Amino acid sequence: MTPRVVFPNRILPYLLVAPQLAITLVFFYWPASQALYQSMLREDPFGLSSKFVWFANFRKVLSDPNYLNSVQVTVIFSVATAAVAMGTALLLAVMADKVVRSRGLYRTLMIWPYAVAPAIAGMLWLFLFNPSIGSLAYGLRMLGINWDPLLDGSQAMTLVVAAASWKQISYNFLFFVAGLQAIPKSLIEAAAIDGAGENKRFWTIVFPLLAPTTFFLLVVNTVYAFFDTFGIIHAVTGGGPGKATETLVYKVYNDGFVNLILGDSAAQSVILMIIVIALTAIQFRYVEKKVHYG
Amino acid sequence: MAEPKPLPPASGHDKLMIGQSKAGVYMAHAILILGILIVAFPIYYTFVASTHSLQTILRPPLPLLPGPEFFNNYSEALFGGVGRIGGVSVATLLINTTIVAFGIAIGKIIISILSAYAIVFFRFPGRMFFFWLIFITLMLPVEVRILPTYKVMVDLGLIDTYTGLIVPLIASATATLLFRQFFLTIPGELVEAARVDGAGPWRFFKDILLPLSRTNIAALFVILFIYGWTQYLWPLLVTNRNDMNTIVIALRKMISFADADTEWHLVMVTSMLAIVPPILVVVFMQRWFVRGLVETEK
Repeated sequence: MTPRVVFPNRILPYLLVAPQLAITLVFFYWPASQALYQSMLREDPFGLSSKFVWFANFRKVLSDPNYLNSVQVTVIFSVATAAVAMGTALLLAVMADKVVRSRGLYRTLMIWPYAVAPAIAGMLWLFLFNPSIGSLAYGLRMLGINWDPLLDGSQAMTLVVAAASWKQISYNFLFFVAGLQAIPKSLIEAAAIDGAGENKRFWTIVFPLLAPTTFFLLVVNTVYAFFDTFGIIHAVTGGGPGKATETLVYKVYNDGFVNLILGDSAAQSVILMIIVIALTAIQFRYVEKKVHYG
Repeated sequence: MAEPKPLPPASGHDKLMIGQSKAGVYMAHAILILGILIVAFPIYYTFVASTHSLQTILRPPLPLLPGPEFFNNYSEALFGGVGRIGGVSVATLLINTTIVAFGIAIGKIIISILSAYAIVFFRFPGRMFFFWLIFITLMLPVEVRILPTYKVMVDLGLIDTYTGLIVPLIASATATLLFRQFFLTIPGELVEAARVDGAGPWRFFKDILLPLSRTNIAALFVILFIYGWTQYLWPLLVTNRNDMNTIVIALRKMISFADADTEWHLVMVTSMLAIVPPILVVVFMQRWFVRGLVETEK
């Protein structure tokens, strides 16, 4: 960075950063440090006394079958959501890249779901697929499918994945379209002249050149599936049926806020914190730097 | 000079690239239209449901076209009050959500632009330390500190207040980074010239920096407005009273899949009212929206 021309003020800069700092200290750092501290405490059942237990809460959480189930649920949910949302968006973006006419119109119609809150997206899908009044559920039953996401775990998972990916398609679509536009058309035309068919052109030229976009979206979609989909789970399944859709974030909320198991919940918070730090680090360290056209 | 060459045909029609077939382009249109039908269908069907009576909704399949109850349903929800959420009207919820969304968007922009201004245009002890403090909040979303944050809110008496709904969410690493990035591109000569002309820091900020940041602010505003409008976990934690709920939270309370007394027609109206404002913002401010999306992700 070149030395910049600056204002020679001593106090003003502190006043300028003060509001932001105050908020981060009170609402971010203080609670986060409390979470760290509590994750090493164990309270007696009446909340009267607590003792410092080092990593016992972590050992307990990590050996709890319910927690491991929740890890598994989160992984399945995230992988499925990212795959569906990115696959669909890529297909649509490639199609949009082919057409010239009404491209803008397609884009406008495609970005709506971005503005829909995840929880509402979940409720809209549940309304369509609710076994008693959902019109599409009615259609499924007509087809002879025994559809009841309120009782069947994998159907519930399918429903939340559908809602979560539906909401994310618009975001991925916009980024894939931008990525595709950056690929020189002459490259693709040259391959066509050399006799490469449409599929071959896509997999050997377009897809590798899209790698930076794809990798970036993979990170963003993972973060989205981990954290931003709390509303979908809370509004649609409440983690059920059984614990079939209990993701990590939902479990932290449920154990801490609803069931008031403080130490466990704090330990889970800290584990989540580590996951976020890892994801953020990957995002800043590798995205758009390491994945280079190859 | 020679005559200018005729321009290629205007882009009203699909121009074929080498290796593209007409059939391929038709196919692309077909897939796009199918995609849009899938993307738009849940929203369209919600609108359809919001114009039918409860009796019609309870007997699937629902017709594919809007029904006659538009005015009845919307006025009942907006002004009548909904039983399941303690008789609060959807109008109240809309007002709450609007206040929260604007509060968060404007608050985030103000405090981020101020911090970025301090970090880029001043030299003071602790500058980089403060920058990192702000940056690291990226790694501490509400989800990882639910309970202790809730406790802070209770201790400060912020439950069920607009302050509680807005202020804790307005710290923003992303917005600060964005403004910092932009400020770094402003040539030092500009600052120098302003100083030579006798402009102090405030004058420079108001007359030069703010006007230059207009597009960034607009782009950021769209993204942050949507962010504020669609908040879920936070309002769920810090509101108990029905009349302080945002519309998304109230909607969740209105639905019960266990018993049959959910007033689905009102739920559908509320859903529409909850999703139309942000959709309008995204569609009509599309240019800023796309820009904001791309830039907030660096």
